[in-house]
Amino acid sequence: MIRAMAALWLALLVAAPLAVIAAISLAVPDEGLPPFRLGAPLADNEAWPLLAADGFYAAALLRSLLLAAVTAGCCLLLSYPMALGLLRLPARLRPWVVGLILLPFAIGFVLRMAAWVGLLRDSGPINAALLALGLIAEPLPLLYGWSGLFLGMVHSYLIFALLPLYAALSARDPRLEEAAADLGASPAVVFFTVTLPASAAAAGAAFLLVFIPAAGEFVVPELLGPPEALLAGRAIWLEFFQSRDWPLAAAASLALLLVLVGPILLWQRLGRAP
Amino acid sequence: MSRLILALGLLFLWAPVLLMVVFAFSDARQPFVWGGFSLRWFAALAANQRLQEAALLSVGIAAGAAALATLVGLAIGWVLARHGRFAGRPAFGVLAAAPLVLPEVVTGLGLLFLFVLMERHLGWPEGRSALTILLAHASLGAAYVAVVVQARLASLGRVLEDAAADLGAGPATVFRTITLPLLAPALAAGFALAFLLSLDDVVLASFTGGPGATTLPVLLFSQLRLGPTPEAHALATLMLAALALIGAGVLWLAGRRSGALPLLPADDPPQHGRYTGDAMLRPTCDAS
Repeated sequence: MIRAMAALWLALLVAAPLAVIAAISLAVPDEGLPPFRLGAPLADNEAWPLLAADGFYAAALLRSLLLAAVTAGCCLLLSYPMALGLLRLPARLRPWVVGLILLPFAIGFVLRMAAWVGLLRDSGPINAALLALGLIAEPLPLLYGWSGLFLGMVHSYLIFALLPLYAALSARDPRLEEAAADLGASPAVVFFTVTLPASAAAAGAAFLLVFIPAAGEFVVPELLGPPEALLAGRAIWLEFFQSRDWPLAAAASLALLLVLVGPILLWQRLGRAP
Repeated sequence: MSRLILALGLLFLWAPVLLMVVFAFSDARQPFVWGGFSLRWFAALAANQRLQEAALLSVGIAAGAAALATLVGLAIGWVLARHGRFAGRPAFGVLAAAPLVLPEVVTGLGLLFLFVLMERHLGWPEGRSALTILLAHASLGAAYVAVVVQARLASLGRVLEDAAADLGAGPATVFRTITLPLLAPALAAGFALAFLLSLDDVVLASFTGGPGATTLPVLLFSQLRLGPTPEAHALATLMLAALALIGAGVLWLAGRRSGALPLLPADDPPQHGRYTGDAMLRPTCDAS
């Protein structure tokens, strides 16, 4: 009974939307609302051939994967020492520092991006400070450039890497590291031979937990990124909201999903590992 | 070294937020320009009807979506943890976890397509409204609740439930008096997570909402596309103050009660083996 109801929910709100996307990606655009016609001959479908032939979409997808990989890499590089630093704090202080890490996220994603938009603008405080110090002659194009985009992405996604890594590292047995240190290993050797191998699966999972959603990210590039560099999430958004080409939007989102199936399956495997 | 990077990371997370708070009290029309102390942006916020309506709608949707997600997530997590193997179990597991990893644009587009087709063929749901946003958010939230519930059930085991059943309690009584109280922290955490996810979502609400249903994040996002305003700083300041008070209250209460939070990983490494045996094996350091 419970199982049937849960299965019905999943079928309706998780499986059905994906099936509908697949069906509409095979439809042809049509006048009227909704702007597509189902049941047209497959030969008439324009979305998939366009997607495959036009290098525009392949480039957008590739750019998105690159952005996601760099974002996830930066988050991981920052998360490792931060998580270890947290664990070196007195146990009494840790929940408070975790709270301090969570609080900036709690004000909401859009408001945090609003802060970055204001900070990175040509007339913003970062450029003003650099100009006043005489380090630059003209404002740096931070907003609507790649540097601003990466800052915003890492700021948005950091906890997705930090919290799982912190949980995994806090569950490790610190006696292993003590033993290695007692036997004469330097802190660097302890990290690379004990800590890192013991948490490799968690680190991989943390990387993917950032990489997968970041690959489809729409809001951060829209607010901070370079307008000419089209990304997958934005391409889907524009096809749907501006061109009103539903079959093409559906095909583009399925393409994004197909590329992410590998990372998603890997993440599920890593998540199950002890 | 790692504590230094922790401090730098905290600075990176906090710098934009703190600057927002400082400049929320600036009189200047431009964001991040100091024009003398003023509360004008808080006054502007109090007079902004559109923003308040959007905020009220967002909180309503978040509460409804979180309640529905908790109920459904409990059912999904229960099936995953307690129903063992059944036909379709692999597919059930994949669908239960899918919302966690599907890109938001894909989920949003798929749900919108589904709602449009349903309206056309079944006559329900009528148009894009708060209801369709609520369903979309509940579908996402339920996946998170299911993870928390499944993990909690797996760590609890069935010993207490079996004991209650041996003593003559029926399945409904066991669930009500044993399982549900034990699950309460997980359900509370799941509810909070689903609530915050809903309150923070732009993409799903943009796809599944319509002109009649604009949530706070969607409104802020569309305003921000036109340019940042100090009004947003005032809103961020208020939210930060409220959340900091709630967070500090929870931590203080938790610290008084047990010294650990159910939401956070335990401070001690897991005890291997049975506790008593392990304690006897460990050298006693207290004497030295």
